[in-house]
Amino acid sequence: MSTRTLPLVFINLGGEMLYILDQRLQAQNTSVDNSEKGVWSENDRKRVMSDIVGTMFSKAFMDELLKPQQLYSHRTMKTVLTRLAHTSIMRLNPASMEKLYELMVMAFKYQVYLCPRPKDLLLITYNHMDAIREFVRDTPAVANQVDETHRKLIEVYSPLSEGEFQLLRQTLLVFFQDMHVRVSLFLKNQIQKPNGRFTLTMSGPVPHGGEVPGLIRLLDVKGREVSRHEFPSGGSYSSAVREGSFDLHGDRVLRLGVNMYTMNYPEETHTSRNICAQPDDVPNLLAKEELNLLARIMGSMKTEHVHSAEGSFRLNLFASDQEEEEAQGGAWTCVNVSFLCVCGVQDEQAAAELARIAGQFAEEEVRHEEQSSSKGDELLAMMDDL
Amino acid sequence: MFHKEKNIQIKNSASALYNNLSVLRIAPRRLTYFTVVHANVVNMVSASWDGLNYSHRQLQSKEPNVATSTSLIMQAAFCVLPSRELLVVTSQKGIQMYESDGSIMVYWHALDTPETPTAQAVFARGIAAVSENYVCVGVSSGAILVFDVPSKGSNITLSEVLEEHKESITDIASECSGSQECVANLVTVDDGGSLCVWKSGEEFQLLNKIGGFDISCSSVKLWKGTVVAGYGSGQIRIYEAVTGILQSEINAHARWIYSLDIAPFSGLLLSAAEDSYVRVWHLSVTPETNSVEVAHLHNECVTDTQICGAKFCDGDGYAFAVTGYDLSEIIRYTQT
Repeated sequence: MSTRTLPLVFINLGGEMLYILDQRLQAQNTSVDNSEKGVWSENDRKRVMSDIVGTMFSKAFMDELLKPQQLYSHRTMKTVLTRLAHTSIMRLNPASMEKLYELMVMAFKYQVYLCPRPKDLLLITYNHMDAIREFVRDTPAVANQVDETHRKLIEVYSPLSEGEFQLLRQTLLVFFQDMHVRVSLFLKNQIQKPNGRFTLTMSGPVPHGGEVPGLIRLLDVKGREVSRHEFPSGGSYSSAVREGSFDLHGDRVLRLGVNMYTMNYPEETHTSRNICAQPDDVPNLLAKEELNLLARIMGSMKTEHVHSAEGSFRLNLFASDQEEEEAQGGAWTCVNVSFLCVCGVQDEQAAAELARIAGQFAEEEVRHEEQSSSKGDELLAMMDDL
Repeated sequence: MFHKEKNIQIKNSASALYNNLSVLRIAPRRLTYFTVVHANVVNMVSASWDGLNYSHRQLQSKEPNVATSTSLIMQAAFCVLPSRELLVVTSQKGIQMYESDGSIMVYWHALDTPETPTAQAVFARGIAAVSENYVCVGVSSGAILVFDVPSKGSNITLSEVLEEHKESITDIASECSGSQECVANLVTVDDGGSLCVWKSGEEFQLLNKIGGFDISCSSVKLWKGTVVAGYGSGQIRIYEAVTGILQSEINAHARWIYSLDIAPFSGLLLSAAEDSYVRVWHLSVTPETNSVEVAHLHNECVTDTQICGAKFCDGDGYAFAVTGYDLSEIIRYTQT
């Protein structure tokens, strides 16, 4: 469907990822510098943020995303986001990434679903970018990249019509279809029901440009009103509020896309899967095409930050040891195997390329399991209950 | 006025697409077919009128003889012609036409898809049977493809391409198929809200073009020479087809309208939107005085659901069915 989804998907998912990481990393901020072992310092946190943001908003990566193309599968998206996270000094094990991905996607699904007008997808994206700009305000070079990207987005997306934005939104909704992972923060705030579906309210302001339902007007041949009568609309809607700003800076008005995880309300973001089939069960018939895209995207990511093993820290997002054991046998292996199976049928070369890309992660995982880092161990404790 | 009946389960959830429900009533066999689109699959359910038998079928969007091709489907709709009934499926790659039970594909038309994707998406959307032997399908470029359909067999041909719209086609509607004589029997609408009114024939004739206001028109119906159009703003507008005169404007919904339907024998109008509401209205048209009357009759709220399809199950509007994004059921209502 729409060929313009990728930049918005990455910025919004990436933004959600940064919100979660920021909240988790800030929770343990008890030291100003690196000197104390076993503590995740303010500098470490800022470094992680600026490394990830720097890569995500690099010209090469953004240019690649901005090329008109179909939306990737979840598998590919997860792979690229993991690689993105790993451009920082942080190392997430596959099960943590799985959980993080679910959180990110459910948050973005919520925002897209509740989006009042299709064009407001841009406001949601700009909310994420405003927050990202704040995260890297101490690194001017990276902050500039964010601004540059913002200008690019304004240039590319401003001319789109409301109908084209709705197509974009419909494409995203297909991507999110059938995902009903329960997020405790959403359940607590009652924006999600126990069955994993989001709640819709029949009240509040109508979207900008809309009218409050309830009026029937009849007109004569000259367009003059001859009668009007009301009907009960069932909801309690109010007039539209003012429109948010689509500029580089400004009041976005819309709250979707702002950081839901704040220091004041350290919420448990426990996730649990619903029983229905995961979208990835269906073999991806476009695997070969996606591999090419994936290879190009990976190629466009800067790999200057080659972090030595001591400088990298493990992150574990698990609630219990049992889950960790299950996951080590589970998620990553499945993804690997099914990827390779599909590739084996389609294209030997593509299979080798993907194995190499995937192998990068596996290698790094093995390396880190061999070296324990006390900072990493502290992080394990910290990441519990995420 | 209406009460809820038992839901019909479908194999996959419905995708958020305009007009995502099509219904075909097969009176001689006491069956009703329903189709709902899920990503690259059309879910078909055949439901017996006694409510005891349900059978399912799934159709994939694929080019014939190409094993691994698949693309996202934009719409699936039954086309009822005097001589036969077809199921037409439109996707990013092209247009497929099946026998109405989905058993055999009788025709495939490929769209011109570029080698590398372009900024403007390519797809087909908007389906209607027109007059005795035509099926019209809209394209993202704004073109309307007119297919000539013989009374049986697969010798379907592209008869004409109507190029009037500048934006992607969203929906197409017709009336007076078969015997009745109508001045205007086809209306096409697009993403910019423009409406074109046509008269079918060997060469289709454009009767009127009504400009949009950059508010996308997602669903349209034609009845007794009257165009009923649903918009992204949640409004319904009623125009006299031939003259283009706006006769009524309804602030009907709080969100984007996704589906409209009219029961031709009773004048009941159904509207459904992302605001979770399905509304039933009564329309009466007096051609002699060019006047229209609209009355609101009934609301149904499908809690926490963004509705994407709503259709009457019969020509009197005795029953209607509804689909919603992420919902794996067809919800039904009948008059009390």
